Amino acid sequence: MADLSINFAGIKSPNPFWLASAPPTNSGAQIHRAFEAGWGGAVWKTIGAPVLNVSNRYGAWRYGNEKMLAINNVELISDRPIEVNLREIAEVKRAWPDRAIIVSAMVESEASAWHDIIRRIQDTGADGIELNYGCPHGMSERGMGSAVGQVPEYCEQITRWVMEVAKIPVIVKLTPNIADIAMPARAAVAAGANAISLINTLNSIMGVDLNTLEISPNIAGRGGHGGYAGPAVKPIALNMLTALGRDSVVGPSRLPISGMGGICTWRDAAEFLLLGASSLQVCTAVMHYGFRIAEDLCDGLSNWMDEKGFATIADLVGRSLPRVCDFKDFDLSFKAIARIDQEKCIRCELCYVACNDAAHQCIDLIDQEGRVVLPAAYKERSNGKVTAISSRPTVVVREEDCVGCRLCFNVCPVENCIEMLEVTPDRPSITWEELAHKNPEVAADWEQMERYRQKMGICIH
Amino acid sequence: MDGNRSPRATPPPLQELLPPLSNQEAVSESARCLMCFDAPCTHACPTHIDIPKFIKKISTGNLLGSARTILESNLLGATCARVCPVQELCEGACVLGAEHKPIAIGRLQRHAMDYAYGRKIDIFIPAKPAGKRVAVIGAGPAGLSCAGELAKMGVSVTLYEKRQLGGGLSTYGIIALREPMDIALSEVAMIQRLGVRLESGQEVGVHPTIAELQETFDAVFISAGLGRTPLLGIPDEHYILDGLEYIEASKLQPSQLRVGRNVIVIGAGNTAIDCATVARRLGAEQVTMLYRRTENEMTAYPHEYDFVKHEGVAVSFLTQPVRVHLERGEVKALECVRMTLGEPDSSGRPSAKPIPGSNVVLPCDQIVKAIGQNKPDLVSRLGLRTENGFISADADFQTSSTGIFAGGDCIRAHGAASTVMAVQDGKLAARSIYRKLVNHG
Repeated sequence: MADLSINFAGIKSPNPFWLASAPPTNSGAQIHRAFEAGWGGAVWKTIGAPVLNVSNRYGAWRYGNEKMLAINNVELISDRPIEVNLREIAEVKRAWPDRAIIVSAMVESEASAWHDIIRRIQDTGADGIELNYGCPHGMSERGMGSAVGQVPEYCEQITRWVMEVAKIPVIVKLTPNIADIAMPARAAVAAGANAISLINTLNSIMGVDLNTLEISPNIAGRGGHGGYAGPAVKPIALNMLTALGRDSVVGPSRLPISGMGGICTWRDAAEFLLLGASSLQVCTAVMHYGFRIAEDLCDGLSNWMDEKGFATIADLVGRSLPRVCDFKDFDLSFKAIARIDQEKCIRCELCYVACNDAAHQCIDLIDQEGRVVLPAAYKERSNGKVTAISSRPTVVVREEDCVGCRLCFNVCPVENCIEMLEVTPDRPSITWEELAHKNPEVAADWEQMERYRQKMGICIH
Repeated sequence: MDGNRSPRATPPPLQELLPPLSNQEAVSESARCLMCFDAPCTHACPTHIDIPKFIKKISTGNLLGSARTILESNLLGATCARVCPVQELCEGACVLGAEHKPIAIGRLQRHAMDYAYGRKIDIFIPAKPAGKRVAVIGAGPAGLSCAGELAKMGVSVTLYEKRQLGGGLSTYGIIALREPMDIALSEVAMIQRLGVRLESGQEVGVHPTIAELQETFDAVFISAGLGRTPLLGIPDEHYILDGLEYIEASKLQPSQLRVGRNVIVIGAGNTAIDCATVARRLGAEQVTMLYRRTENEMTAYPHEYDFVKHEGVAVSFLTQPVRVHLERGEVKALECVRMTLGEPDSSGRPSAKPIPGSNVVLPCDQIVKAIGQNKPDLVSRLGLRTENGFISADADFQTSSTGIFAGGDCIRAHGAASTVMAVQDGKLAARSIYRKLVNHG
């Protein structure tokens, strides 16, 4: 059985799954129950400056039958007295010596304030500290959270203050509300932080109530932007994770990265690990289903690792990262075409309409006699299930015209029905970078491009 | 006290079987729809309602648009949502049906229809008067559909109905379990609000005559349905109740309907199943359906047969009534003969032949027959060309007499008759009549 334990910048935990700093880690009692459910660690909900919260602080994006495709919140950092938090941190750590307790902190941008909070956290026996540079609402208006994370110089300065007194590992948590995520990460590297975590929540407005015209959620007739998280943000998080791994400064620094942003299942978790995260944080999925999801996170990941032959988490961290590159490095000769498995096809024609209306018009409807037919080619007087099913045209890709865009594959509701079949390239391998270097005129001039296409036999209809 | 949480009282025995979907159920079910392009459910529907379109509108909360989408193709969408054999039509063609559960199209349609009728929303406004007058004979589904479609196009329509209430079989002949009477009657009222004048209690042929109608109107549409239940031709047959009247009584005056303790229903079609269901639900201890052929030949839909079996109704196949046994003027038993199947007859089904000496006496205290309906009564009086006793109509629903059109069950010489087919006939006939009268096409 795979070994799921990790050592993240010196913080050890029996599995890579930590609760992110958020409502599920608001109190000692909650974290006790989380550890009973199998969580490897917990990042205590941010302690620091005094706050007051409001009602209707969580909004959710419902889509189809998915109740919480994303969540947003205007909840602030912990609103419990700091002494209570510190006492409970110490109690939980004493009770669970094998689990990771990381304490998230956020105070005003004063060296003395940071020195003080770091010392008080260390006195609890916690395993690490996470610097919250990410909170995008409320705290940022007071010059904290993302107001720091969005200015690399502030990140660096505050991190330096922290490192002056830190005796336990320090993780810098980044905000995604920034043009280039590598910049604040480089600041963390420069300041000597021990690790990075990302992503915090995204700025978002959840919507407008069409009955009342109020902002949703409604806070006494008002509403505003809040932090957006959950399954919908996962691709954004993965992109930012790889941006750090590929960055010329952050990558070589080998600073471990704690990944988060929409992790709901062990599959999500494995993807974060493969793209360079070496610990994982989860919040929204717990807010939806509770602590019990830890069991399948661990079980599923372990079974998958066994199947794939990964003995330890370290074995798979970053394994897929080298495959990430820019467009200019893609092989332009690569060719795939869509092929529909007629045995599996249920004739919903979603691929047909997607290709016809939104892609390259290369899927045909073929009737029983093999003729290409238009939609609704049936007679007005015909009806009944037998007729409707038996006269339904088959949906066939005109392979010579298919550009392999993969839209049909994406809309098909049937597992493994449409295959993107890789075909032998009909021209030598070349990237845009190589082409533009070798034939700069082709990259600059449409006529030259046409000539190049003719020469290479590239036909775009 | 919260009604939903209180212990459920036993529902009235003939209350509509399927409860309405809650809004959440409807939105959730509609979100399951794949939104097939050029969808097979739409093809399978005889009126070709754009089903993915109305379902999508439910999922977005556009129930008014959903109702309009349905009614544009089928003015009797509320009836069809309830009585259509969806397993054989839209839901039977659902691409999710093969390996998953098809979308509950009928119940979603009912959800959208309930929204419109519940809020008394009139979807259509008649076009400006076209200066033409059409008489429609028979206010069943075909007649209502034709009248309503013509009225939408600005044609002045008078609808003649021999019964007191409009709606035809939807009002009188479909058990309340499937369609409560008020649904059919609200559709009749909707058609009337489109400007159609309903003349009920008027039997065309008696008063007015067809000739009188032809003088007053530019065209006549006959949607007279079918006739009475045929005779079995056995002794003391008048002690046997008529199935359609049995169902009618269960709708009009359920408290007055006397149901036996041990009931025999002759027939194995959908009406027979409805009669058996009524008998069972209103207290019969034992209900047995008799059919002279076997399960393979019965005309009831498979899902209806499954349903009635769950209701606790027995079916005796290869059994044919011979005579009614009476005691002091009351039904005591039905004597039957066992049958065997032979060569196919003119209907294409194996013929049923009695086995000599196989008579059995089945005790019972009530007998109901539901063995189909006779050919339309009106036909013989009109002198129109017929086919197998049904009115003969061409692809434009034109009969052998210029200006007289016909549709619905009275022309259904081939294939199974159904409400939704009648609605489609009415719709297409309306277009054809309009084309001929207004566009001279």
